[in-house]
Amino acid sequence: MKPRAAWHPWAMLAPTLALLVVFFIVPIGVAAYESLFSWDLLTAPRYVGLDNYRALVARGELLDVALRTLGYSALVVGGAMSSGLGLALALDRPGRLFAFIRASVFSAYVISWVAVALLWMWMLDGDDGLVSRLLRVAGASSSPLLGDPRWALPVLAVIAAWKLTGYAMVVFLAGLQGIPRALLEAAALDGARAWARFRNVTWPLLKPTAAFVATTLLATSFQAFDVVRITTQGGPAHSTELFVYAIYEQIFLDLRVGRASALSVVFFGLLFSLATLQLRAWRARASMRHAA
Amino acid sequence: MPRDASPRARIDWGRRAPAALASIAACVAGGVWLIPYGWMIVTSFKTLPDLVARPLSPLPRPFDPGAYREVLSAMPVARYMATTIVMAGAIAAAQIALALPAGYALAKLRFRGRRLAFGVVLACLLVPAQATFVPVFLLFARLRWIDTMTSLVLPFAASALGTFLVRQALLSVPDEIVEAARMDGASEWTIVYRVVGPIVRPTLVSLLLVSFVFHYNDYFWPLVMTTDDAVRTLPLGVALLREQGSGVRWHIVMAGNAVLSLPVLALFALAQKHLTRSVSGGTLT
Repeated sequence: MKPRAAWHPWAMLAPTLALLVVFFIVPIGVAAYESLFSWDLLTAPRYVGLDNYRALVARGELLDVALRTLGYSALVVGGAMSSGLGLALALDRPGRLFAFIRASVFSAYVISWVAVALLWMWMLDGDDGLVSRLLRVAGASSSPLLGDPRWALPVLAVIAAWKLTGYAMVVFLAGLQGIPRALLEAAALDGARAWARFRNVTWPLLKPTAAFVATTLLATSFQAFDVVRITTQGGPAHSTELFVYAIYEQIFLDLRVGRASALSVVFFGLLFSLATLQLRAWRARASMRHAA
Repeated sequence: MPRDASPRARIDWGRRAPAALASIAACVAGGVWLIPYGWMIVTSFKTLPDLVARPLSPLPRPFDPGAYREVLSAMPVARYMATTIVMAGAIAAAQIALALPAGYALAKLRFRGRRLAFGVVLACLLVPAQATFVPVFLLFARLRWIDTMTSLVLPFAASALGTFLVRQALLSVPDEIVEAARMDGASEWTIVYRVVGPIVRPTLVSLLLVSFVFHYNDYFWPLVMTTDDAVRTLPLGVALLREQGSGVRWHIVMAGNAVLSLPVLALFALAQKHLTRSVSGGTLT
């Protein structure tokens, strides 16, 4: 439609565009600029060219943080997706009990990361935690899991998967609604058993949903911060230092604005490449839903 | 999800997992997701001696709400809660107030530069606050806005996702409705807020709820933008319960956790359909 006056659309868009540009687009440029300086917030900034990037690469820090974050994300995505899909398939039934269980699983996604992190810290507490005690009864070693450099990161991933499973489950449940019943009934009448029906009918039709869940979870877990800050602060021995926490540490604990900015720029680059994957998956899912 | 009760419904097993498997999964899921909540509540009603002597006992002896009193004396719960609700409410309200005209312009009006404007919104969908907080923090520090409500609300007052979702919803509103309103002499602002706004109400309600819950829960941004008590939010206060003093007193931390989580869980119980629908993408496509 034609606007009544040429300035109308811009007046309607101005507040939104101004805020988005100031807080989401300009900062990327500013970070790129600041990353060329060495600055401790106290003395004057000093131009150092690409030294911040060089230092991060030379000490292996950048690669470590990136691989650690990817590894964590892979565990979270794999865990939350498989349990979310399993629960969606199993709990897609009428009845109050199933509705209640579905709501319980999803509620973990609704509450704060702070609450989830603190709750699991207590469950995993080395002395009196419920899970630690049970593990000890089962004969596992008594070292606290979050204090062990080998276990801390996988345990954080399990906590995150616990929180995000409900999200994956709800999206998969919506995906299951889109599968034509007739197709499954036909397969059942042809004598296909549950597993064969899943493999040959349900899963192929659920793939766009799965891609959507996977990319969304990947982006979410790539931005993980709260759970690290609350449980381990990046320790023990840097084993849980994920990307956003590393940026936070550089600026607020080490007062290195340049390094923090350089890390932000790389982080943005990685997210951007992940996000293009994400947009593709969203489009595929959207077109499937419109077709359905 | 309609389920017909006709004889054919028997074949509907085609879609579902076998009953035995479903029951087992329900039990396991119930255990894995409900026991932690239960444990949080049980722990929060224990006393310190009881917690030390019988950390695994499933019943508090004596049953004592003392931990909640300790939370109230350790931090100004009411003030933190009020700050959090004001912040999250202001963000959610601003997002809707701004997304509606922006989404209307993008969905309904033809003008030069529309593709560019929409491109900016789409690009911002991909940029999380975690990638921009360093420059924004430095900017706010220079403006002396750290520890103010402005630093918590302003960066989120416009939402790329919200604008996108409102635009998508408005695409399916017929032009005739807008044209009829124009003929009746309604101003563009009346059309945006009084005519098309109510039509896309489900989208707006979902947006309001999701945004409110997200920012009520948020830990990252308030942590970065506050250094003292002035505008501290509840998640920060609860996280501080664990950091205070020597020796973690988990019954107090769990009481704080319950205080933090119950409002969100209550909201979830009231608006479950809206929340799950918006998350499962009912509004995304």
